[in-house]
Amino acid sequence: MTDLSDAPVASPDQMGKPDELGFFGEFGGRYVGEPLIGACQEVEDAFVDAWGDPAFRAEFLHVLNTYGGRPSPTTECHNLSEQLGCRLLLKREDLNHTGSHKINNVIGQALLAKRMGKTRLIAETGAGQHGVATATAAALLGMSCTVYMGEVDMKRQALNVFRMRLLGTEVVPAMSGSRTLKDAVNEAMRAWVSEVGDTHYCLGSVMGPHPYPWMVRTFHEIIGIEAKEQVQAITGGLPDVAVACVGGGSNAAGLFAGFADDPSVRLVGAEPAGGAAAGRGVPAIVHGMRAYFMQDEVGQVLEAESISAGLDYPGLGPEHSHLAATKRAEYFPVTDDEVLEAFKLLSRTEGIIPALESAHAIAWVAKAKDELQGQTVLVNMSGRGDKDVEQVQDVLIARGEM
Amino acid sequence: MMTVADVRAPSLEAYLTERRSQRRLLMPYVTAGVCPDWLELVDAVIDAGADAIEIGIPFSDPAIDGTTIQEATVVALDAGMTPGKALAELKERPFGVPLIAMTHYNLVYRHGHERFATDMVEAGCWASILPDLPFEHAGEWTAAADAVGVENVLLAAPVTSDERLAQVAEKTGGFVYVVSTMGTTGARGAVDDAAGALATRVKSVTDKPAVIGFGISNGETAVAAAEHADGVITASALMRRILDGASIEEAASLVAEIRTALDEAYPPGS
Ligand SMILES: Cc1ncc(COP(=O)(O)O)c(C=O)c1O
Repeated sequence: MTDLSDAPVASPDQMGKPDELGFFGEFGGRYVGEPLIGACQEVEDAFVDAWGDPAFRAEFLHVLNTYGGRPSPTTECHNLSEQLGCRLLLKREDLNHTGSHKINNVIGQALLAKRMGKTRLIAETGAGQHGVATATAAALLGMSCTVYMGEVDMKRQALNVFRMRLLGTEVVPAMSGSRTLKDAVNEAMRAWVSEVGDTHYCLGSVMGPHPYPWMVRTFHEIIGIEAKEQVQAITGGLPDVAVACVGGGSNAAGLFAGFADDPSVRLVGAEPAGGAAAGRGVPAIVHGMRAYFMQDEVGQVLEAESISAGLDYPGLGPEHSHLAATKRAEYFPVTDDEVLEAFKLLSRTEGIIPALESAHAIAWVAKAKDELQGQTVLVNMSGRGDKDVEQVQDVLIARGEM
Repeated sequence: MMTVADVRAPSLEAYLTERRSQRRLLMPYVTAGVCPDWLELVDAVIDAGADAIEIGIPFSDPAIDGTTIQEATVVALDAGMTPGKALAELKERPFGVPLIAMTHYNLVYRHGHERFATDMVEAGCWASILPDLPFEHAGEWTAAADAVGVENVLLAAPVTSDERLAQVAEKTGGFVYVVSTMGTTGARGAVDDAAGALATRVKSVTDKPAVIGFGISNGETAVAAAEHADGVITASALMRRILDGASIEEAASLVAEIRTALDEAYPPGS
């Protein structure tokens, strides 16, 4: 087995490897049933081996660059900067193939699955972005694919359901519980148990049992690594603040990894007010991990409520839970109304229609502008808003704003 | 304030080890709150020939459960069932057989390890089954459970390696829960071939009772499963009857049918 110490880690001090049981501080672990213990171990062994292999990392980067559209640029937003009084830069993950940061992780896991000899991918999806990315990677690598999606989300994101089907993927509605992202995760875990032989579970965020939180973050570190170089090229220095929206936390983890060991850079996660796991959560053991979750007083998981399906998750990945507990990163809630305003604001001032998820990060910047005066603020534009325009149109019409 | 000396569970392992020398073990499962008179259901199932009962405490995100137990969980949660309520209701009446609390670990964690263990013992629960708590992470719970005599049952799956199986067999309390198939809980028409093979592997590394669960839906599947094991657990098939509106007697008759089939195939005392 190759030692991963050979492989690059962007911020070894603050965002390094979890311990051997998969914990970041008090958070993480592998809380799964006995039938999945071996499967998680197999993924861990394969990932450690692959990431320690320069040939695998070269292939990963090659596919991201020639197929995924990397490197994604960093854009300076002159108009909005002037309006807000800070120097606003956007890391443009919205320009990636399939329209969001999700493709980084999916390419990594799909290549890993191939290397493990798996022929099938399964995934959960909320907004459908991770589902579309997984369906895309499956098509590219000639693998079959099934995506579990909450029935409620299938209605909210009908176009992404069609995209997945067009890409040759089977989309299965998750009918249990709140019929959103958390239930899609349950459904995918159940399916994986009976299919572990030929199937890789391509989890879509920095959550779930070890090694997923660590592995998914590692595949997204490219966001922070590129952004750091680009910001330095534009400004000659580091940003004062790095901001990202947080559902499970993958795009934020990727961005933060570029700056976590630079103590002058403030790390900020924007959570939906209706799914504020860092703000309103308490430690829980759900979805294979110990992490912050919104729960009732006896420990039943609460349903998240957000205008953006991709952030409709009541938990927060374990590494973010750790970064929150140690105060290396800060997490703030933004409301649906603030998000809609930010959605319109960025569209009008910069000609960039953000995903509703990413609009959370812009919403925090707009809200916190007084404390950000004169600062360089780097926002991860995790995805583009094409998938959301119909939903936003309906809301604005209903409110008489259009 | 209760002290440790006030409550202590008898050993489930000793009880089952004694009992298996007489007959094949039958351990049905009932979701707390699956019907308003769920305690009567427990009584009826005991009368029908159960050696112990698993009490499922419903959790909002039952990731290891198939559709039937999920449905039972939703019914119970909608009826307001909580861990505290389930244990308090059980405490109100004596049952003639040991109870085993089965739930997801988060409810134990949130309730508090010591408090959960004590409340379990007072409710007549001698053991716990927490399928999403692998032994690597179980230290805090087993310390609290040990202090009051509660045994923690570990599961073995068809894919569990020999090395890990030996650890499971050594660390489990009460019995080894032999998961018959690679899947979620749920009634099946036939018992997976993997079940017998796994039970045989378990038997080769431990004398602790080995009990097969997942997919035991009637006398036939129970008899097939019990060939290589000390007994069976039946859950989804029983809950299915209740969810479909069967009376307590009709539901309990499934347990009686399995009891009879087991005793005919493996005559008591033989
Ligand atoms: C564009 C976009 N951003 C963010 C997210 C949230 O995921 P995470 O918190 O893992 O970055 C999603 C999820 O679907 C998304 O589509």
